[in-house]
Amino acid sequence: MLLEIKDGLVEADGRRIVQFANMKIRKGEVHALVGINGAGKSTLAYAIMGIIPLSSGKIVFKGEDITHLSISERAKRGITLAWQEPARFEGITVEEYLRISNRYESDDAIKEALDMVSLYPKKYLKRELGESLSGGERKRIELASIYLMRPELAILDEPDSGIDMLSIYDVIGLIKTINSRGSSVLIITHREEMAEIADRSTLMCAGTPIITDTPVKVSRIFRDRCKSCDEHDYKEKNREECG
Amino acid sequence: MDMKDIYMKEYEMLVKAYEEAGEDATPFKDANFATLAVNGDKVLASKGTEGIEMEAHTREDGVIEAHIKVKPGAKIKYPVHVCFGMLPKEGVQHVISYIDVGDGAEVELVSHCFFPNAVRVEHISEGYITVGKNAKFIYGEEHFHSDSGGVIVKPFAKVHVLEGGEFTNTFTMKHGRMGELYIEYEADLEKDAKATMLTKVYGKGDDIVNGKEIIRLNGERSTGIIKTRVALRDNATSEVINITEGNAPYSRGHVDCTEILLDNARATSIPQISATHPKAKVTHEAAIGSVDKKQLQTLMARGLDEDKAIDMIVQGLLK
Repeated sequence: MLLEIKDGLVEADGRRIVQFANMKIRKGEVHALVGINGAGKSTLAYAIMGIIPLSSGKIVFKGEDITHLSISERAKRGITLAWQEPARFEGITVEEYLRISNRYESDDAIKEALDMVSLYPKKYLKRELGESLSGGERKRIELASIYLMRPELAILDEPDSGIDMLSIYDVIGLIKTINSRGSSVLIITHREEMAEIADRSTLMCAGTPIITDTPVKVSRIFRDRCKSCDEHDYKEKNREECG
Repeated sequence: MDMKDIYMKEYEMLVKAYEEAGEDATPFKDANFATLAVNGDKVLASKGTEGIEMEAHTREDGVIEAHIKVKPGAKIKYPVHVCFGMLPKEGVQHVISYIDVGDGAEVELVSHCFFPNAVRVEHISEGYITVGKNAKFIYGEEHFHSDSGGVIVKPFAKVHVLEGGEFTNTFTMKHGRMGELYIEYEADLEKDAKATMLTKVYGKGDDIVNGKEIIRLNGERSTGIIKTRVALRDNATSEVINITEGNAPYSRGHVDCTEILLDNARATSIPQISATHPKAKVTHEAAIGSVDKKQLQTLMARGLDEDKAIDMIVQGLLK
């Protein structure tokens, strides 16, 4: 097992955002995390990365308890995360940003990473990662950075949001490539076509991963039950019924 | 040894020290560049080129008075380099510059303020600048200080940009501790004139960074931007006052100040905008705070330690 969350609890402002979270990610797999807005998917991802602390429970990565490690220490062990809304940086160029991910890579590898996300290196390498780039462009650069980093576990928070429909298939191709280079991938997504590339899928409801199965089966439950649940306020009993 | 030899020796020492600081001293050796070099209160070299006249001398009161005149229409190919240096540990340097960029002329002037050994040095700089009609003047002031924090810098500039003229000013701290900075720039713009003022400073220890920059948009369609980037750590303090006045129709002004605070540093930012014409538009944005959390987390998620990530964000802001 690459990563395991045991009884994870995340609280904020007196509210339980993630509770009773138990989830496993196998080495080498692409794992989709699906669920309606507010189900706690991103919060769980941030907890794995160390951005949000667990109030209780633990996270084990490659047999090591990493619950209390900093973001940097987790990254050095091979975990990274691509944000749904990547940060803007004043005065830092695309090239400088990409080099952080892997400072040993050659210039050609940096260019290749940009090519992989369909950004022309000559046009982008020296550009500032700030206001002048669109959300979609920053998102692609974020994915290029993951490609270069070759992490053991790449957490991609909605890599398909803010990207046009035609480019979704480029992103899917890139995720497969990242996976083929040895990274396990945890994708947070709402899109079925994105979830379908996963080996396994987990459905989250009201802060809890309630089922892990094939993407087809999980998508069906998501489609058939969560949508109607979303029309009402979801309550704990729905979660229990679905589970 | 006569005075000429002494000055030459001092000039060589200044250039050598500049190179030892890791900077490119080519402009001070190459005849293609117009240069002015001052050490303390001595004018060591003053050399114009085609289209530009430079003259500097030490007045009886010890103040350096420099006159730089760019002929109308002259496009000066290479930047003009001015070195205001002081190699001794202590002293006061007071420079008054009169800069006249003729109509249609274009010139870039880089002022290297070089105090590598300073323990207690005060540098006072007064600039009276006229940018002619449709002329373009880029002024960059770069500071190289010792790490003692014992430098007091007081730059003052009064700029008049005539119709269609462009003035760009950049103040940057390139090396060492800032010490104390009391910057005061003001620019009056006529019709279709443009001005950009950019200040980037990193204050450490007990450094003081105080600035007051004013752009008056007096002419129709004149535009001005004041941009300030300050990073402070330890016990450094700053007070930044940026003022833009829209006094003419279709004049556009913007004030943009960002300050990052670390440790026990303190900052005050006062963006002040006013308009005396209904068709003028002036805007402002100001932010003071610690390093942006998301930026920090992003860099840490790529494996940078927190300190290195903070440093990269701060250096980016000041770049």
